Amino acid sequence: MPGWATASELAGRLRSRELGCVELTRETLNRIEEDPGGLGAFLSSDRGEALRAAEEAQRMLDAGTAGPLTGVPLAVKDNICVAEGVTTAGSRLLENFVSPYDATVIEKCREAGMVIVGKTNLDEFGMGSSNENSAFGPVRNPWNPALTAGGSSGGSAAAVAAGIVPLSLGSDTGGSIRFPAALCGIVGFKPTYGRVSRRGLVAFASSLDQIGPFARSVEDAALLAHTISGDDPREARMRTEAPISLGGLRDRPLSGLRLAWPQQLAGPEVQPSIRATFEVAISRLIEAGCTCEEVDLPMIRHGVSTYYIIAPSEASSNLARYDGIRFGRQVEGTDHVATVAKTRGALLGHEVKLRIIAGTYALSAGYHDAYFAKAQRVRQRMTLEMDEVLAQYDLIVSPTSPVVAFPIGSAEMDHLTLKQLDLCTIPANLGGYPSLSLPCGLAEGLPVGLGLTAQRGMDESLLAAAWSMEQELGSVMPPSDAGGVR
Amino acid sequence: MARYRTSVGIEVHAELSTRSKMFCRCPVEFGGEPNSRVCPVCLGLPGALPVPNRSAVDLAVRAALALDCTIARESVFHRKSYFYPDLPKGYQTTQFGETNPIGYGGGMEIEADEGGVKRIRIRRVHLEEDTGKLIHGIEGGTGIDYNRAGVPLLEIVTDFPPDITSATEARRYVQKLRDLLVWIGVTHGKMEQGGLRCEPNVSIRPEGNDSLGTKTELKNLNSTRSLQVGIEFEVARQARLLESGRPVVQETRGWDEQTESSYAMRAKEDEDDYRYFVCPDLSPMQFDDAYLEHVRATLPKLPDTVRERFVNEYGLAERDADRMIADRAWAVWFDACVALSGSPKAVLNWMISDFAKLLNESGQAVPGGEGEPTLVTPEHLVELTRLIADEKLGGKAAKSVFAETFRTGEPPGEVVTRLGLAQVSDPEEIASLVQAILGENRPLVEEFRAGKSQVLGFLVGLAMQRTNGRVHASLFQEELLRRLTED
Repeated sequence: MPGWATASELAGRLRSRELGCVELTRETLNRIEEDPGGLGAFLSSDRGEALRAAEEAQRMLDAGTAGPLTGVPLAVKDNICVAEGVTTAGSRLLENFVSPYDATVIEKCREAGMVIVGKTNLDEFGMGSSNENSAFGPVRNPWNPALTAGGSSGGSAAAVAAGIVPLSLGSDTGGSIRFPAALCGIVGFKPTYGRVSRRGLVAFASSLDQIGPFARSVEDAALLAHTISGDDPREARMRTEAPISLGGLRDRPLSGLRLAWPQQLAGPEVQPSIRATFEVAISRLIEAGCTCEEVDLPMIRHGVSTYYIIAPSEASSNLARYDGIRFGRQVEGTDHVATVAKTRGALLGHEVKLRIIAGTYALSAGYHDAYFAKAQRVRQRMTLEMDEVLAQYDLIVSPTSPVVAFPIGSAEMDHLTLKQLDLCTIPANLGGYPSLSLPCGLAEGLPVGLGLTAQRGMDESLLAAAWSMEQELGSVMPPSDAGGVR
Repeated sequence: MARYRTSVGIEVHAELSTRSKMFCRCPVEFGGEPNSRVCPVCLGLPGALPVPNRSAVDLAVRAALALDCTIARESVFHRKSYFYPDLPKGYQTTQFGETNPIGYGGGMEIEADEGGVKRIRIRRVHLEEDTGKLIHGIEGGTGIDYNRAGVPLLEIVTDFPPDITSATEARRYVQKLRDLLVWIGVTHGKMEQGGLRCEPNVSIRPEGNDSLGTKTELKNLNSTRSLQVGIEFEVARQARLLESGRPVVQETRGWDEQTESSYAMRAKEDEDDYRYFVCPDLSPMQFDDAYLEHVRATLPKLPDTVRERFVNEYGLAERDADRMIADRAWAVWFDACVALSGSPKAVLNWMISDFAKLLNESGQAVPGGEGEPTLVTPEHLVELTRLIADEKLGGKAAKSVFAETFRTGEPPGEVVTRLGLAQVSDPEEIASLVQAILGENRPLVEEFRAGKSQVLGFLVGLAMQRTNGRVHASLFQEELLRRLTED
C-alpha cells in the first residue's frame, strides 16, 4: 500500500515500473470507497473516468513522455470545476450541477498526466473553518475522528493526511487551505494572488480566492504548485509570470533567513500549547541559523473584521447568479424574484445566507462608505505595513491556527469564535501574498502548523525556505488507529 | 394655457461592432437560433471569468475622442447588482462614477431649433455589457435568449441640466450621434434591430420658472421618429397634468408604437439600490498618451469637418454636402472621384441619381458600405463624366453606358467602343444625317415652313432613334435649323 508515500516517491516508483498506474488508481479508488475512519472527505468519485485517465498516464509513462507527477492520483476540492460528474461547491443548490468545462488548473493537471480520483468535501461555497457548513456533512480529522479536519477545504486536507491520496487541490480565501492543513498536520500552500488561474473555481470572494495544493511534503506541494500555476489568457487578473519554478527548491539554507513574528499574532488569541510548540520550532530554526524578531503590524488587528466585510460583499455579488434558472436546482415561485428567493431560501445553508445578507448590507447605498469602502482602505494600509516588514525580512511567521483541531459540533465554536480563528491566515489573502502552513510539531497530541508568508511573487523562495525548515522540523503522521491509513 | 419649456436628457446605448462579446469570445450577430451564441462566461456559469475585449475598449476610446471627451487615465469596471431573469450573473458589468468612465465632459454640436448651432454637452461615455432577451409565449411561459448577453454596449449620456429643449432637437441629436458613431466605425447603428437604443427623460416647466420639473423616462423607442413623437406625446401629457393641477409622477414609461402613446412601467421609488463596487475579476484599464495618440491617429476626419470642406473647397450646396456625408464610405468614394480631378458637381449628380438608384436596386454599396461592393470605381465615374464633358458621349447614351459599367465593371470608354455608343458630333456626319432625315420627311419640312415649329423636335427625335441616341442633339438641331431656314 502506498499509504504515506509522497507524490514524488510514488511518481518515481511509477517511472521505474515498480508500480502500475492503473493499479495505483484502483487502490486509491478503493480507499475512497471504503472511507477508512468514516472521514467523509469525498463527495464523489468517477471510477470509470479515473481508470481511463490512469491508462492514458500509463501510456505516457511507457512512451517516456511522463512528467514529475504523471500517474499520481489527485483529489480536487468540489468547488473546482471538473467536466465529468457534478461540482457541488458543498451546496444543495449545486447538487446536480455538471460543469461543461474543466477549470484551468484541472486542464493543467490532466496535461501533466495526473489522475483525478475524486471531489472532496468542503464548507458550502468555501465559507467556514470547520467543514461543518457543508450541505453533505462534516469532515473528520484523521488524527481523531471526533475532531474537525478544519475548513473550508476539509476534505482535501483529510484525504491527504489520511493517506488516501498523496496530493489534493484546495482553495484559500481567508485560510481555507492553510487552516485545515495545520489541523491535519500536512503542508498547505496558497500561492501569490494571480499566479494560479481562478478560472473554474466557484467564486467566493474574487479578490481573495486562490487555488493551491495540499501535500505531505514541501517538495510535493512545490511540484503541484508548479503544475497548476502560470499565465492563463482566460483570466484577467493573472500576473504575467511564468509558472512557479522548481529550480533552487533545495538551495536555500536556513542560515541568514530573516523571520518576522508580528506581536499581534503572539498574544492571548493563541492557545498556550500552540504557542509553546511554535516557539520550540522557532528556536530550532534559530539554532539552524535563522534570525527571528518580533515586529509590530498594528493593522493586522483589523484583519478579521476587514475580511468579514470584503469577503461577504464580494460573495453577495458572486452568489447572485444562483437563481436556479440556467443550472442547479430550482424551487419555483410565482414570479422571478419569488423563484430566486425560494430557491435560495430552501437550498442555501445558514452561514451562506448570513454572509450574503452581511455583504449586501455592506454594499448598500448609505452603508457602502462606512463599511465596504472603509474596509478597502484598511486593507490597503495593512498591505503597506506588511510590504514594509517584508522589505526588511524574508518571511512573516506565526502559528497558522491559534487552536488545535477541536470537536465537531463543539458548542464553544459559535460562528463568531470560528471566524476569529482566521486571524493569522487572513492577512496573506488581503495582501495577495504567498503563504504556506508547515507542520512544526504537536500540541496536546495534535498537529500544529507554522505559517510562513512572503512578498508577492516570491513563491519560489517561500517554498525553498519551507523545504529547508521541513528538513529541520521533520513531519508528523497521524496515528494509524485513528483513521489514518499507513 | 401657460407656455412651457421642455428639457430633455438622453441616454443612448450603442452596440459596438466587435466580432466577439465584451468578456468572452462568443460571436456578436443579430437574430439566429436562441442561445446558440453562449458560453460559460456569458451564461454566468459557476467559475467562469471575464476577459475584456481589447477591440471594444479601443472602439469606446475612439467614440469618446470623437465626442470631444476627456479620456480617463485609469478606468475600472463596476458591478451593478439587480435581479432580473435576463441578467445571467445577477449583476451587470458596467462603469460607475463621475471621472471613471472611459470618456467624460464631452459634447457634440447640433442644429438648434432657433437656427445656428448648439453644443449638447455629454456627461459620460462608458462601456458595459448587454443583457439577454426575454421571449414571451414559449410553451405557455417565458423563455430567455442569452445570445445578446455580454454584447459590448457603449452608453452615452447627455449632461445635466439638459441642453436639449425640444423633441426635434432630441431627434437631431440622436440622428447625428448615430451617424457619427457609424462614421467612425464604432457601431452599425441599426435602431430597428436594437443596435442603437435611446432613452430620453423629459420634463417641462412653466416659462420663467428656473427649476426643472419632474421628469419621466421613456423606453422602447425604436426609431428617431418614435423618439420625436414620444417626446412630443410626453410633453403634451405632462402639460395636461399641470393644467389640471395634478403633479407629474417621476416614473419610467414605455412607448407603445401601435397606439403612439406612453404607459407607466414603474415608479422611481421602486428603483433598486444597485450596490455598485469595483469588479474584482478585472484589472483597471490604463490609457497613456502613446495609446491615445495611436487611437487618435486612426480616427477618420469627422463628418462636420468633411462637410465643411465639401462646401468650402468643392462648392457644394449645404444640402448636397449633407447628402454626401450621410455615410462615410459614400463620402470617401466621392472624395476619391474629385481627387481624380473629376468635377465635384458632375460626380455628385451621377452619385445621387443613377448610381444611388442602381446600388439601391441591387443591394450593393461602395466599398466599406453596407452591401456587396459595387464593380464601379471612381476612375469609371470620372471617365464617364469626362466623355460627357468632351462631348464624346450623349446624356442618354451615357445612362446606358453607366448601367453597363455597373453590371460588368467594364470601363465606360470600352463600353462605348464595344456597343458603338460614341456620340455623333462630326460636322460632316451630322450634315449627311440631316440630309437623310430631310429627304425622308418632305411633308414635315413643308409643315415646318408653314409655321408648325413643333416639327423640329419630332425631327430631332427621329435622328435620335436612327442613331440609338448617339447623335449630338444640339449640333444636329443647329444644322437642321440652318438647312430648314437657308432655302
